[in-house]
Amino acid sequence: MTTELICAGFGGQGVLTIGKFIAKAGMSEGKNVSWLPSYGPEMRGGTANVSTVVSEEPIASPIVSFPDVLVALNQPSIDKFAPSIRPGGILIYNTNMCPHGCKRDDIIKIASPMSDIALEIGNTMVLNMLAIGIIIGKTDLIRYETMEEDLTSFMKAKNPELLELNLKAIKRGIEIGKG
Amino acid sequence: MAKILMKGNEAVAEAAIRSGCRLYFAYPITPQSELIEYMARMMPKVNGTFLQAESEVSAINMVYGAAGCGKRVMTSSSSPGISLKMEGISYIAGAQLPAVIVNVQRGGPGLGDIQPAQGDYYQATKGGGHGDYRLIVMAPASVQEFADMASDAFDLADKYRNPVMILADGMLGQMMEPVEFKEALTDAEIEEMPKQHDSWCIRPNEDGDKKHHHEINSLEIDPVVLEQHVNNLYKKYAEIEKNEISYESYDVSDDNEVLCVAWGTASRIVKSAINELKKDGKSVGMIRPINVWPYPYEAIAEAIGPNVKKVYVFELNTGQMLDDVKIAVAGKVPVEFWGKVGGVVFTPAEIKEKLEACF
Amino acid sequence: MEKIAYRPESLTQIPFTYCPGCLHGVAHRLIAEAVDEQGLINKMTGVAPVGCSVFAYKFFNFDMAQAAHGRAPAVATGMKRARPDMHVFTYQGDGDLAAIGTAEIVHAANRGEQMSVFFVNNAIYGMTGGQMAPTTLPDMKTTTSPYGRDTADIGHPIRVCELLDTLISPYYIERVSLLTPADIMKAKKAVSKAIQYNKEGRGFTFVEFISTCPTNWGLDPLKSRDWAKEHMLPFFKTGCFRDKGAE
Repeated sequence: MTTELICAGFGGQGVLTIGKFIAKAGMSEGKNVSWLPSYGPEMRGGTANVSTVVSEEPIASPIVSFPDVLVALNQPSIDKFAPSIRPGGILIYNTNMCPHGCKRDDIIKIASPMSDIALEIGNTMVLNMLAIGIIIGKTDLIRYETMEEDLTSFMKAKNPELLELNLKAIKRGIEIGKG
Repeated sequence: MAKILMKGNEAVAEAAIRSGCRLYFAYPITPQSELIEYMARMMPKVNGTFLQAESEVSAINMVYGAAGCGKRVMTSSSSPGISLKMEGISYIAGAQLPAVIVNVQRGGPGLGDIQPAQGDYYQATKGGGHGDYRLIVMAPASVQEFADMASDAFDLADKYRNPVMILADGMLGQMMEPVEFKEALTDAEIEEMPKQHDSWCIRPNEDGDKKHHHEINSLEIDPVVLEQHVNNLYKKYAEIEKNEISYESYDVSDDNEVLCVAWGTASRIVKSAINELKKDGKSVGMIRPINVWPYPYEAIAEAIGPNVKKVYVFELNTGQMLDDVKIAVAGKVPVEFWGKVGGVVFTPAEIKEKLEACF
Repeated sequence: MEKIAYRPESLTQIPFTYCPGCLHGVAHRLIAEAVDEQGLINKMTGVAPVGCSVFAYKFFNFDMAQAAHGRAPAVATGMKRARPDMHVFTYQGDGDLAAIGTAEIVHAANRGEQMSVFFVNNAIYGMTGGQMAPTTLPDMKTTTSPYGRDTADIGHPIRVCELLDTLISPYYIERVSLLTPADIMKAKKAVSKAIQYNKEGRGFTFVEFISTCPTNWGLDPLKSRDWAKEHMLPFFKTGCFRDKGAE
């Protein structure tokens, strides 16, 4: 079983981090993982995307052409990547930043005002955790417990408040994912 | 040791430190910046030297100086920076110094771009700098292999007194994969290491030591002497060709109708295509040279099974390794090539399409 | 009987291969004497340049490296960092140091690298046959400035001591001449000071020698010294630019 994921959005929205946490969690759960970012001069505000693969098998190509899951945090990301989602795949997107959505009807679409929800939780920075929660809620790619353990290990001492917000965002995401 | 999720650029730096590298000289360039930054953070913690040089040229000459002292030393860069280092690399090869050079390739020629490419194959394997010399060139295809090659590269450099290049690319540098590191050498082991070079390297005359006069030098003004020197280098290279061939056979069998040859990043993508074709009952094998110099000519020739109609070479360049494959195949079957350049990386689907057309 | 002339231990027995009247031999000897006097022969190492003194690695009686053109300060940096228990110097000519190796010398000086640099300035490329150097004087004829150095076209000679003196890090910078016996005695003091500071780990030390090139200038050795006194010294003024040890 191999799951290929693309996360895309504006630079600074934390899309690379989404992929990184998924890859780390997959690794902790004993799977093969790869994380391949787009890179370039757009450090902030440009478009960023990352290909993440989680697999029971050794990973051949880390480049994802036809994602099983696309997380799109802005409209350009949908326009660019949604056409290549595998039929039956999942599109998770942020309605606050994707006014035109996606017209495909052969995929599962999970649309929510992710920016608003993040703000409601208490910090726009948790937007990426919300996305991770939605992935956990909708797929069996990784487990919530792995995420909690990972986040706790490096954030509890440094920033316990932010840890709480992050966990809250993941849980909220799971609810959204489960629909 | 537990696995760590790490970028290739950082993994190779960590592995180098664990292998006893305590001297690193480099100049910043994308897409290898994480490597120089990792060294900047970690070298002070192991009492090592990190020095950001004023230029690529200076960095490689610092390597020449440190290697002349018999110590494990490394530099890294990306394609345009490696071009600048070629002068120093030729001197290091000429003076027979052990050193490790990492090239995280990007698109060229000229300033090119910063995306993954394999356009430096000729430069790395056929010279690059002036004169008759060879580098040992290792081409990783995963973050784990990138890291493992650091310690192998230092061992080979020490064994043959020859520069070793790890020829990676932007994808391997930027990508994160789980990596498991070997046990780090102890300080005592690292201290002991340069002693293997005591017979030639720059070092103090210790008390009781017979006075020595070692010269770190690539100059032989007498043509007869220089000829002898180059001939000796080539005896060494012949030895390397005998001992250091390294390659991976992937799904090579008598059923193969096509044999692929690909290296580094390109081989990962070809593997995906082979896996897909297998599901459709189509048999394709692949030889992946792990060291691209010395080159596994014989392995490729032997892998051409009875049903192979074609050898297909895929590279992220315009067909540089292709020349070596043609030498290996020696006209037995047709050799075809397909590549992408400019930092554009082909996809498994594209490779699959090319291979399907062979059936 | 007191021995007043002898070959320094820090020189090998290999005879110098320099042209008659060339002052490289004098500069080599001054360095070798200073290394002997400081008792550093077992811990000294040096870097030879590309130029007439390319074979300096054969002449000094300790481990030596030969560097690519202009790169000696970078090579010496690598050596010193790899063997901090040793003392390192570079020996460079004006083409090597002030043209192709400008970046290396400026940045080694700016890092305050623990090394001594001995810079021989004779206003010309010697080994390659008398071409224009960055230190070639205005209107001076060379094989690549056959009508005289045109400063409007190619700029003025570079004064390296003055250039390095703009940097904060260097510890000691002095320009001396090798043109008269008295000058050589002064030069010896400067070399000794540089080597002593090097031994003490004080930082970057730099000594420039004003020298001659009888062969490529087309003058006999004595006349070439007169020419240098008349033409070089007014432009390249001798003296100590920086001595943090004396402050």
